[in-house]
Amino acid sequence: MNQPLLYNRQPPRPAWGVRVDPRKTLSTSEPIVAAPLPTQVQLPLELGPERRAQAVVAPGDYVYTGQPVARLETGARNVVCASISGRVAAIRPGPIPGPGPRVAECIVIDSDGQDRRHADCVPAGDPARLAAARLRELIAQAGIVGLGGAVFPTADKLGGSQPVDLLIVNGAECEPYISCDEMLMRERAAQVLDGARIMLRALGCDRAVVAVESDMPAARLALRAALDADRDPRLDIAEVTAKYPAGGERQLVELLTGREVPAGGLPRDVGIVCQNVATAAAVSELFRTGCPLISRIVTVTGGGILNPVNVEARLGAPLADLVAAAGGYTTTNCDLVMGGPMMGMALAGDRLPVTEATNCLLVAAPGELSDAQPGYPCIRCAECSRVCPARLLPQELLVACDTQDPDRLEQLHLDACIECGCCDYVCPSRLTLTPVFAQAKIRQRAHREQQRQARLAQQRSEARNARLAAAEKRYADGPAPDAGEAALTDLLARVEQRDERGDGG
Amino acid sequence: MNAAMAAELRRAPHLRTPVSVPVLMRRVLYALVPALLAYTWFFGFGLVFNIAAAVAAALATEAACLRLQRRPIAIALSDYSAVVTGVLLAFALPPLTPWWITALGSTFAIGVAKHAYGGVGNNVFNPAMAGYVALLVSFPDQLTNWLPPRMGDIDYEGIGLLANLRFMLSGGLPDGYTLDALTRATPLDLMQTELGDMRMVAEIRNSSLFGDFGGRGWEWIGNFVALGGFWLLFRGVIRWHIPVGMLGGLVLSASLFYLYDSANFPSPGFHLFSGGALLCAFFIATDPVSAATTDRGRLIYGAGIGVLTYLIRTWGSFPDGVAFAVLLMNMTVPLIDRYTQPVAYGTREPRS
Ligand code: SF4
Ligand code: SF4
Repeated sequence: MNQPLLYNRQPPRPAWGVRVDPRKTLSTSEPIVAAPLPTQVQLPLELGPERRAQAVVAPGDYVYTGQPVARLETGARNVVCASISGRVAAIRPGPIPGPGPRVAECIVIDSDGQDRRHADCVPAGDPARLAAARLRELIAQAGIVGLGGAVFPTADKLGGSQPVDLLIVNGAECEPYISCDEMLMRERAAQVLDGARIMLRALGCDRAVVAVESDMPAARLALRAALDADRDPRLDIAEVTAKYPAGGERQLVELLTGREVPAGGLPRDVGIVCQNVATAAAVSELFRTGCPLISRIVTVTGGGILNPVNVEARLGAPLADLVAAAGGYTTTNCDLVMGGPMMGMALAGDRLPVTEATNCLLVAAPGELSDAQPGYPCIRCAECSRVCPARLLPQELLVACDTQDPDRLEQLHLDACIECGCCDYVCPSRLTLTPVFAQAKIRQRAHREQQRQARLAQQRSEARNARLAAAEKRYADGPAPDAGEAALTDLLARVEQRDERGDGG
Repeated sequence: MNAAMAAELRRAPHLRTPVSVPVLMRRVLYALVPALLAYTWFFGFGLVFNIAAAVAAALATEAACLRLQRRPIAIALSDYSAVVTGVLLAFALPPLTPWWITALGSTFAIGVAKHAYGGVGNNVFNPAMAGYVALLVSFPDQLTNWLPPRMGDIDYEGIGLLANLRFMLSGGLPDGYTLDALTRATPLDLMQTELGDMRMVAEIRNSSLFGDFGGRGWEWIGNFVALGGFWLLFRGVIRWHIPVGMLGGLVLSASLFYLYDSANFPSPGFHLFSGGALLCAFFIATDPVSAATTDRGRLIYGAGIGVLTYLIRTWGSFPDGVAFAVLLMNMTVPLIDRYTQPVAYGTREPRS
């Protein structure tokens, strides 16, 4: 391999981003613990934005661990697997973690305490010999999605027509508190590399780099040791500066390769696919043991937790189980956040199920987190734009959001905002920025859609007018000797009718 | 779990820096302490009284304006921005300024330059400099009466603490003193008038008012101002672009003319260490509200102030151009910001 490297093994420290007290060591002193089998799991059928599943089991059915229980609404693919064995208790709406309290249809399974494996849960054969398409199909059926938080279907990311020259396996977990990826790499580095290799085959790509942060030396050493044992020249490690949000997908692509993912596009558009290390491990697990995605590692941490630790939990298990596995609460009235403190979602309680997106349960003691404090206006200090990884001007965006000026928002590239929260973090006026931008983005999309519709409608009416004019002209140019008023009206009516049919389509 | 609870749920991000506006403003004030001490050493207690008058008037005006707008007073007063405005204005005024002039300037700064434009965050002009310029055009004489620095061989007839206070309160001087005898032109002033009288820089610099680079005493104050400025840079209260732009612009234009004709144009060092150049570079031009906000924009903004300062000092009719330069550049900020907007991530036009 004499070509120059596609990526930088040790990219320079980025100018953007913020240094937040990482507080990761809270939860890294103990190895990963397995949570006790839950007595009941609740598996949401809402898998992500515009991705829903349909149950293929009915209440009362007995299901085995790993048995497919739901398939995609569109298409016949199985995508949800039972995470314990037992009886389906109900299929009913239940609360799931989401912005605000969200409710979704869920399959509820009562455990029989046996955790009996489904008979189909056997390795499908040597992944090095299976065809890429077959690998992707198996990955999809095992319900494997991005475990970094975005829960995008892994198989879809691995498919696609654009050529890919680099797979980035993202272990650069930059959010404070979260350590599930770090612990995974420390304890199961070989599995991560194995998963990366399988994904390379599924992608038809021959270069993968595992990205870690500079503040996780133990993980890097473990990976290095696994790499040395493995001797696969296609795999490598890169280390980025521990700075939030260096582990964000777009930021990582920029840091490692200097390429920029177009706004509104995917890394794929610039020849790159990013997968989380936990996703890689799940892929490896699938092909080595035959076990689909039924569990994930969750960092249970924060000042409100007695023994912060990483817990391997079954999907659908109640969060309260995880808290118990980490020693329980230290105080009442803690704040619960799913995810990290920078982008995590506040939860209303612990009676929610663990989902694929639950990388961390942050239980903050009173006073551990800090909020926006209205009071001071923006002083235009531009600290926000200094740290913005998307090179936006949050202070200007805020004004444009206040005045709801869609053109200005467009010009300021609101759509490039990744909602990382850096601007809020540094703002000395303690303004609320990111939530405002998130809302504005939704409005802006609606506005753009409206504009598109309006343009279409205008084009249509212009085309129609042109056709009417042409028809009239035809009539005027070459009138049939006996054609009269009636013929013209008839013609016009026909034209209009046809247009209306066209409009409907 | 119900909708009411959802409304109370906190929204990400859940962490914030402890460095709030009051913290920033307080740090600016701390950074001025070395300069204040040096100033007091060379020019007596005038500055301390100036500060007292300016800050009192600034706070009173701020409170009154907020009251009129029915906005909460306590929180706005506690952000220290009015205090900073008062202190910076006081630094610009001569040590022997009657209290009511100081107070008037401060009132103008807060009442007109700040609140008439909508309060902190919305003011187009740097309030302290607006206040200073308002005074300069209204009371040109009082604003050019500087004391000579207290330095060894200058024929210094200092006035004491009490005399200084009495003068500021009542305008009266102890028996046997006259204002003319007490005060001197500033070195910048002197340089400008004497150059106007067709003298050469070298001749003028023979005056005992001049030190190694700029005015005697002034140079030392400059060092202490810069010390505070570096501390602000170190603490991240200000960023380097504006000071570098401003000092770069000033020094470059001064060097250009100095190299061209050193008999008629004083050295860049003189410009750097005279008048308000350093104070402006670190403390005044860096006022975030009225400055440009992008990195490139701030370099341009700073450089503009530096160059304009030089032009006004050299060819204008006022001895120091800093205040005017700042106000002029304040007006260009929207334009600068518009043309220096960085290219957002992932929005670069594909190269063809
Ligand atoms: S939330 Fe958006 S605007 Fe704020 S720093 Fe992140 S990308 Fe920039
Ligand atoms: S950090 Fe806050 S105060 Fe400073 S410019 Fe940005 S929004 Fe304004």
